[in-house]
Amino acid sequence: MVDTKQTVVRMSGITKRFLDVTANQNVTFDLYPGEICALLGENGAGKTTLMNILFGYYACDEGEIFIKGKKADLSAPKDAISRGVGMIHQHFALVPSQTVLENTIIGTDSGKNIFLDLKAARQELLKLQKRFGLQIDPDARVWTLSVGEQQKVEILKALYRDVDILIMDEPTAVLAPAETEELFRTLRSLVEEGRSVVFISHKLNEVMDISDRVVVLRGGRVVAERNTAETSIRELANLMVGRDLLENIEKKSLDPGQFVLEIENLNAINDKNLPALKSLNLAVRQREILGIAGISGNGQTELSEILFGMRHPTDGIIKINGHPLKYGSPASAIQLKMGRIPEDRIDTGLLMDLSVAENMILENHTSPGFHRYGLMKAAKIHQFCDELIGAYNIMTAGRDAVTKSLSGGNLQKVMLARELAGGPAVVIASQPTRGLDVGAMEYIHQRILQERERGAGILLISEDLDEVFALSDRIVVMYEGKIMGGAIAEEASREQIGLWMSGVEK
Amino acid sequence: MIRFRIEKRKPLPGWAKIIIPIAAIVVTLILSAIPILIAGGHLWKSYFYLFYGALGTRFNLLETFVKASPLMLTGLAVAFAFRAKFWNIGAEGQLLAGALAATVLGVHMGAVPQPLVLPIIIVAGFIAGGIWASIPAILKTKLKVDDVVSTLLLNYVMIHIMGALLFGPLQQPGSSWPRSSAIIESAQYPVLLMRSRFHMGILIAFLAVFVIWFINKKTTFGYQSKAVGVNIRAAHFGGINTTAVILWTALISGGLAGLAGVGELCAIQYRLIMDISPGYGYSGIVIAMLGNLHPVGVLFSSLFFSVIIVGAQTMSRMTGVPTYIAEVIQGMALMVMLIFLLFTEYKLRVVRK
Repeated sequence: MVDTKQTVVRMSGITKRFLDVTANQNVTFDLYPGEICALLGENGAGKTTLMNILFGYYACDEGEIFIKGKKADLSAPKDAISRGVGMIHQHFALVPSQTVLENTIIGTDSGKNIFLDLKAARQELLKLQKRFGLQIDPDARVWTLSVGEQQKVEILKALYRDVDILIMDEPTAVLAPAETEELFRTLRSLVEEGRSVVFISHKLNEVMDISDRVVVLRGGRVVAERNTAETSIRELANLMVGRDLLENIEKKSLDPGQFVLEIENLNAINDKNLPALKSLNLAVRQREILGIAGISGNGQTELSEILFGMRHPTDGIIKINGHPLKYGSPASAIQLKMGRIPEDRIDTGLLMDLSVAENMILENHTSPGFHRYGLMKAAKIHQFCDELIGAYNIMTAGRDAVTKSLSGGNLQKVMLARELAGGPAVVIASQPTRGLDVGAMEYIHQRILQERERGAGILLISEDLDEVFALSDRIVVMYEGKIMGGAIAEEASREQIGLWMSGVEK
Repeated sequence: MIRFRIEKRKPLPGWAKIIIPIAAIVVTLILSAIPILIAGGHLWKSYFYLFYGALGTRFNLLETFVKASPLMLTGLAVAFAFRAKFWNIGAEGQLLAGALAATVLGVHMGAVPQPLVLPIIIVAGFIAGGIWASIPAILKTKLKVDDVVSTLLLNYVMIHIMGALLFGPLQQPGSSWPRSSAIIESAQYPVLLMRSRFHMGILIAFLAVFVIWFINKKTTFGYQSKAVGVNIRAAHFGGINTTAVILWTALISGGLAGLAGVGELCAIQYRLIMDISPGYGYSGIVIAMLGNLHPVGVLFSSLFFSVIIVGAQTMSRMTGVPTYIAEVIQGMALMVMLIFLLFTEYKLRVVRK
């Protein structure tokens, strides 16, 4: 925080209101050349809004923005990009059916001319790739890439536009540990060349790892600014939530019961027709949490989709409570009492345009309690939903509120409420706390532990190693569609798990 | 400098869903002044005769209902399909399928006991329209054929089937025109009010509005159909048999359009002719959109359309403005409604610099 240093960005007195909500209140934010500045705060603290204003995505109601010393009126992202500001959102802005190269040049001059100058663009792209170690095949179609690779495309896109102020909105939320490391290396090489990076996050470890400076937002205001070297996780945690947040998970020791989920010799292919699962064997007992760790893209998604009934395996047997699961049939999974928490709750799990109540009854609206001769029993349904909203403490205007009006944590609570309502025999939770803030995460963890105590067997698929270690009784690691190794959670070492995750056998 | 920005807005309260179509109609009528003036009509006289012609006398008022009934049914057909994101552009063909089935039965059922004739024809017309709509639904669910294209193209297939039959086996003996024999008297919809054409089909249309409202609001199938429309992947994840839901939705949608065809045949024309429908199926798309895909909305938007169509004839007689003005107004109503619907999700913000 050297005041004499020249700022590349100065936002002063920024206020932004959305109808009745004030997202940013008189925020002042400076960014210096050659630094990685972390913008830390819980979900809803106003981090993304502030950066969307800098990116020209929102207009602020009050305040001024100076970029490289000049006052900037930003009415669209293109105004920001022309001043060297780029932003990579959590949800990527890529065209899945186009190639990496085509995505890179969209909207640039070489993409605007009637005749594409792909040759020059390719040279430029390859040069950038080499310079920053972002290796991707320029001709690969984006839909075939993993999330981590797609993020690289987004970074390349920004660099191609000569962006020297790069904003990244929770870039690690979708990445596995190794991919995160790679990203961090890229970011460091960017700032070494004098570029500046704003790193939006609510993950304290990462903020400590990567940033030079931390700006903490709470309730739309800046509450603190620290040089990373002079602060600690504990201090940042307190600043961020105003309370001690280090999660304290108390797990009762329970004797596991009979097998509720048995997977034998499971094989599957992915969307690219490549083997995704290779002779996978797994089993989960009652009152037991089996954690699957692993870098994303090693078959976890395919495994969960097969279990959910959303994908056909090529071969293998899956039994729930001893009964075979019918493949490609979500109805079969529901009937066999599987509680399913998909990693993609917005597109797969929930009907965002319908009401909370309509989401809660999705799986049991045909059960005898809720209809007679196809006529829905409104009173019973209302009672059921109100009870769930109360039991899960879901923050919503009511059961008839449209689901998309809920926050991320409350969306996941709706998901859990629906999936756990029937007292499932087995729960498959895929990335259950991805993108959630600390409060919601704690809540979800408690619920999962309650299910374990109730007697369910739980398969936890997560890229968050802390989560896997905190919740699991046993941990296995998936690598290239196979189980690399497994251990009892208390005896497992992070080093060993890490080696397995990178494909090293002991 | 003043610039405009389009921003997302908060979900509007429930009453907005009622106000918006009404406002759209008011704006449409105001904008209609432009083509009326271009056509050389006297403005206030034209508006007066437009409404007088549709509502001013007992006969005209009842005629407005006569015209509204096929529009109501095709509007419902489209609205019910669109709600499940089954893009049924084929109500026209399904209407013709219904009329064709009614013709075949209506001409040849002299031996059937009289009270059974109409129920059989109505059911057959419904099924014929439904089957015609279920073809694209099967293509969509089994082979991922785009439903917009297939439903639209099947309209032309049905027109040519009808043409082939009217020049062939269905042609009235001795006639050189492409028209069928008249249906027997017991196959005609009874007229319910003296000195008018107010027929049973109008009641069927109103009943259909209620039935569709009931299905949408109260039944598990209505819920499933909506869920499939909102997010088919999430509906599938939730255990809903999405293929079956789309098929049944198509069947009901096509059936409703088929009933419109039965009505035109059994209450208006009494015999099948090539232009039995002046594009009711296509108007149904506009009516469904104007009615916000809601059955009660469809009820009112079809009545509005019918007022314009019936009133335009009187207006034309009295002021010399051509009846084509009715189609101009219909088109404008759709454009205005679509723009209004855009602003239910987004708002325009003025940015001063």
